[in-house]
Amino acid sequence: MNWLLVVAGAMAGAPLRFLTDRFVQSRLGTAFPWGTFTVNVVGSLVLGLVTGAVAAGAASSSLYLLLGTGLCGALTTYSTFSYETLRLAAGGARWRAAANVAASVAAGLAAVFAGVAFARALWG
Amino acid sequence: MTTGAPRPATAGATARPAAPHTTEPSELSGPPGEQSARSRPQPPWQGQWPAVGAVALGGGIGAALRYGATLLWPTAPGTFPATVFLVNVVGCALMGVLMALISERGSPHPLLRPFLGTGVLGGFTTFSTYTADIRHLTDTGRLAVGLAYLAATLLAALAAVWAAHAGTRYALTRRGGAR
Repeated sequence: MNWLLVVAGAMAGAPLRFLTDRFVQSRLGTAFPWGTFTVNVVGSLVLGLVTGAVAAGAASSSLYLLLGTGLCGALTTYSTFSYETLRLAAGGARWRAAANVAASVAAGLAAVFAGVAFARALWG
Repeated sequence: MTTGAPRPATAGATARPAAPHTTEPSELSGPPGEQSARSRPQPPWQGQWPAVGAVALGGGIGAALRYGATLLWPTAPGTFPATVFLVNVVGCALMGVLMALISERGSPHPLLRPFLGTGVLGGFTTFSTYTADIRHLTDTGRLAVGLAYLAATLLAALAAVWAAHAGTRYALTRRGGAR
């Protein structure tokens, strides 16, 4: 059952990342990996919310497996993030590569802290 | 969509023969890239459904592998999240190999990159668990472990994708040159 929850969440999260990336890139262009940045920040926010909800007893561990491990885990990505950073650096855009790393980590951390704080305020 | 441009009547059923429509006659002529850039008649997922399916399937497999790894090698709360660290670093190395293979040799199938890269490796590696683990460590007074995990994952992941990409390209060009 636990495996099914993780796989079901991931089978929604991964295509959501693919489609979000295509949508964001079509709007903002490909000079900066805004698509991966967006999914990583949004996924961190949602995982923070789910983590806070489980800690407050407002959500079950099954919901964590479905939305946290499965959906958020597959919605966000480290492999594409690192490959896009490599592409920027190798293409001479060193500052953009550094900005991608700094902004992704800073915004991702801010999002997960905000998600947990919001969940605590709501259910804590 | 906010453009207000009339969508083709066959938007949801590309397999059906296109019904003649007079709203966008220019769609059938000229380079498609230029067309979509000028008038944006198509949403970005137009014609992407096979890729979406490949990504979903691969994402399920990748996430199951990551979940299996965390069950096999559980990390005690408050300690360095070694399993997710290794998952992310190994996933980044495999991404470097895959992208070098595709750029040097081409893809044997157009759905290979969506399935393996976006799907399996994207679902295997995770950014949200990384940030959530850092938050948990710093929130529970283990600031040093949290910062070490933050920096170690970044450095190892970027080194892995770079080394794997460069190493694969080097091996392929050497083999290609020897023949």
